[in-house]
Amino acid sequence: MVRLAILVALLLPFSAAAQDTKKEIQRYQQMIGEGSPVELFELEGETLWKKPQGPKQASLEKCDFGSGPGVLKGAYARLPRYFKDADRVMDLESRLLYCMQTIQGRSADDALKRVFGNEDRPSEMEYLSAYIAGQSRGAAMSPGTSHPKEKQALELGRKLFFHRAGSWDFSCASCHGEEGKRIRMQDLPVLYKPQDARPVVATWPAYRVSNSQFKTMQWRLNDCYRQMRMPEPVFASETTVALNLFLTATGKGEIYRGPGTKR
Amino acid sequence: MRLALLPLIVLASTAAWGELGPQDVEKVLLRDFKPRGQATMDRVLQDGLQRLCTESENNPPAAVAKALEADQMKSIAFPAGSLVGDWQRGEKIAQGGRGMTWSDRPDAPADGSCYNCHQLSPVELSHGTLGPSLLGFGKTRGNSAETQRYVYGKIFNAKAYNLCSQMPRLGHSGTLTPEQIRDLVGLLLDPASPVNR
Repeated sequence: MVRLAILVALLLPFSAAAQDTKKEIQRYQQMIGEGSPVELFELEGETLWKKPQGPKQASLEKCDFGSGPGVLKGAYARLPRYFKDADRVMDLESRLLYCMQTIQGRSADDALKRVFGNEDRPSEMEYLSAYIAGQSRGAAMSPGTSHPKEKQALELGRKLFFHRAGSWDFSCASCHGEEGKRIRMQDLPVLYKPQDARPVVATWPAYRVSNSQFKTMQWRLNDCYRQMRMPEPVFASETTVALNLFLTATGKGEIYRGPGTKR
Repeated sequence: MRLALLPLIVLASTAAWGELGPQDVEKVLLRDFKPRGQATMDRVLQDGLQRLCTESENNPPAAVAKALEADQMKSIAFPAGSLVGDWQRGEKIAQGGRGMTWSDRPDAPADGSCYNCHQLSPVELSHGTLGPSLLGFGKTRGNSAETQRYVYGKIFNAKAYNLCSQMPRLGHSGTLTPEQIRDLVGLLLDPASPVNR
């Protein structure tokens, strides 16, 4: 029923005149925000956070996101950042993978087995990211940008953003580099500019109404590279974390209000 | 000879600043990406054009751009006979967005993804704006042999006309067949096409 209403709302704009389309889409976005199931993902994520798992039968409750073991309040808003114990810059997903291995004793293969879910069965990573990101609502986005490795990652992220490759010669900037552009009806944020990056980083991860799935930032980058006709970036790799840091640092200062609800 | 050296000078000057160059970024990509489906790792390796456009922030020295555009022009194989195919098939190719990603079937024909970036038929309101509007293209440009050749060439390899264009080289990359490109020329230039009505 909900999906039918969404379908109708999706189709409506295209029967209206072009100048009304934008207004219709804004109305539709407001409507989907009101009925979003994000809270359900957060609740399930909290259950998984507290559930003993792996060879050590430990929960993730002692996982340290940089504010101390188990401290989640405002922790997501300070990611990505450098972690001394792992000696690398990490985002939410890569830190979760680290904790699954160190605290729960799971193998990398086991932790990585199913990082992207589907409509019928979301992934553990998706539930957990909903819960953890939700604990940062109201906090200003302030990723790490001062440690030498953070500076290095930020610079790599910036270079990656403008790096052209693949069958279609695309860089991130091919779609996200110019003001006021669209793919079909989808507005494209200019992600190297603060005013466009801010609302984006303040609302990911997010629930996507068009396919009824909760999506992580790692998924967002993965699917961009798919559409760029590139091979697949390894989940939580240095490349993806560096890009995420570049985007988050560009949007820094914005108050986190996610997980968001997208078209 | 001088032209061939210019890109090297551009590269060398960047290296001297101690910045991360595209060659360093490429090494990172080779380490952090894996092949999937038809998206094999050779796609990570920049060709000379991608390297130069990245290096120069899409603003290469005019002389170099001109020389490399001429190189790209040589990649275009113009078929014998008419370059104007069936606009109705062209419209379907322009509408579709499949092809060349790791989730697309490698044996299925690819689409052109044209509406993702361009306005074409006035009936289709859901069009992108990354590229210029092509509404009425044939009406304003005419349908001469020269225009047909330009449109075919532009779709086959947009970089032959504007080196750092954001438009994919749809023929050169093996995305579209010559027959499909002919149909797209039809969509743009045929007086009966909705683009020109």
